[in-house]
Amino acid sequence: MSTLNPLSALAFALAWSAAVAESPGLGARISEADIAAWDISILPDGTGLPAGSGTAAQGAPIFAAKCAMCHGEAGKGSPAGNVLVGGAPVSSAIEATKTIGNFWGYSTTVFDFIRRAMPFQQPRTLTDSEAYALTAYLLALNKIIGENESMNAKTLPLVKMPNRDGFIIRFPDRI
Amino acid sequence: MDKFEVVAGNGLLHRRAFLRGSSAFAAAVTGYALARTATAAPLADAPWSREMGAVMPPVQVPSRFEKQVVRTLSNPNNELRNSHARTPHQMLQGTITPASLHFTINHSGVPDIDPAQHKLVIHGMVRQPVVFTAESLSRYPMVSRMAFVECGGNSAPMFSNEPIQASVQTLHGLVSSSEWTGVPLAVLLDEAGVDPKAKWFIAEGADSLALSRSIPLKKGLDDAMVALYQNGERLMPGNGYPMRLLVPGYEGNMNVKFLRRIKLIDQPAMSYYESRTYSQILPGGKAYRFYFLQEVKSFITHPSFGHALKGPGFYEISGVAYSGNGRIAKVLVSADGGKSWGEAALQEPVLPKAFTRFRMPWRWDGRPVVLQSRAWDEAGGVQPLRAEFVAQRGETKKPPNPLGFPNQHYNSLTSWAVDNKGEIKHVYA
Repeated sequence: MSTLNPLSALAFALAWSAAVAESPGLGARISEADIAAWDISILPDGTGLPAGSGTAAQGAPIFAAKCAMCHGEAGKGSPAGNVLVGGAPVSSAIEATKTIGNFWGYSTTVFDFIRRAMPFQQPRTLTDSEAYALTAYLLALNKIIGENESMNAKTLPLVKMPNRDGFIIRFPDRI
Repeated sequence: MDKFEVVAGNGLLHRRAFLRGSSAFAAAVTGYALARTATAAPLADAPWSREMGAVMPPVQVPSRFEKQVVRTLSNPNNELRNSHARTPHQMLQGTITPASLHFTINHSGVPDIDPAQHKLVIHGMVRQPVVFTAESLSRYPMVSRMAFVECGGNSAPMFSNEPIQASVQTLHGLVSSSEWTGVPLAVLLDEAGVDPKAKWFIAEGADSLALSRSIPLKKGLDDAMVALYQNGERLMPGNGYPMRLLVPGYEGNMNVKFLRRIKLIDQPAMSYYESRTYSQILPGGKAYRFYFLQEVKSFITHPSFGHALKGPGFYEISGVAYSGNGRIAKVLVSADGGKSWGEAALQEPVLPKAFTRFRMPWRWDGRPVVLQSRAWDEAGGVQPLRAEFVAQRGETKKPPNPLGFPNQHYNSLTSWAVDNKGEIKHVYA
């Protein structure tokens, strides 16, 4: 099964560099406005966060109705869904359960993932304020923010997660 | 009696013992053949040799006698969670994983994507956002390359404090190797015009979770590809149809499937999968972030757990080796639990960031042995011994579920103990 010899490998390399030199230009132009429906990524500095706001009190009934069937009452987890609250310290074991409280480094990740991927059977059906309210509910359950704090584009990025400084970049030269 | 060159303990033979044209070993081969004692039965025609065969199907499937060669499924009833299908390496040979047996992980099922309606947009820190269809991409100059794809969590059961008795498929089935064909990402990025201040890009899929990862732009400009074909045919649905990102040598999750969006950014997005799932807890509680690289690794597939040796005599030990750092430089094999090592033959071609098959001739004398392989790559990377690895990365407090992921990025050794009956167990040595 000799499919490649040094000559054809060289041909691949040449084809690659030739291809990089110029582009056929077959991509269609599009405006950022027309990409907006897909542009759902939130950066840790808050870039991308939409308007709207929510508190833990507003999030609790939404969680009970749309999230608890998998994530359990108050985010305690079930066979169908990850534990979201509490958890043993990650220093206890290399296989420690990672929760929002003991592991996640950035509050924006909570909002981003809720809005893009949850509820599991109906992703991207929550309003932005519902996503803020659920984020506030989970941060409050983990005692990272107070019960009455409102999460919005301004306040959410300022929330410092307990494990923010718990990480080591594995290969800095690859970034 | 023994005319082979023995290179290491418990019967490991020189890697060229059976190479044709190697006159130095020809006499030895003859001597070995003469030692054969079994007698074959007389030959006769079988029924299938005396009748016309079956109709040829439009798409071939393996023989009905190969029904056991299948992927194992972690979620066969498609419950509301992720699902894994593991490659049966102990039943495969060579270096190419058939597309039908390529490992698959999907976090919310396999989307049923109409390629005519699928789009890939590149935007963010670019001169002009552009959108491509599968049809427009098919007009671009394409490249083909061999590359392995490995889940960052492959081999997770090896973090167990006790060796889990399971096949190569269960232990290491979340890696596969294919020929991928597609358009270099650098060409498409160039068409959009990258802002020099961009340092990262988000890659996002069209699955229901809109799975997204942040990837350093330097990787995107190096050898990343928007892959459309897998071993010559369109991507399998579970492997990203109609298009996926290929970042050779980087953890599988970053090779985003059903690729629909690339956004150039100046900071990593800290998405769920990079900041939670694919961050590895270390002993003491700190965790690695941005591991990315699938480091040099090898494991013996033949013989391995689930196989049984049928008495003393000749066997070929073989397995796969690969590294996200380039080509495999050397594979050593031991039959005495690491006390002595012999160099294995590497099947050509040895390609960067792709499977390399290693082979080692072996004459088993029927006594208990422990088989291991250890690989080096051209960048100087070497598989750590288990004691070194566990000291740095830790192990579980009790044996985990073999389908679970107690930790990730295991690249230490795998050891198979053969007892005097030829039965094989997984051991730590």
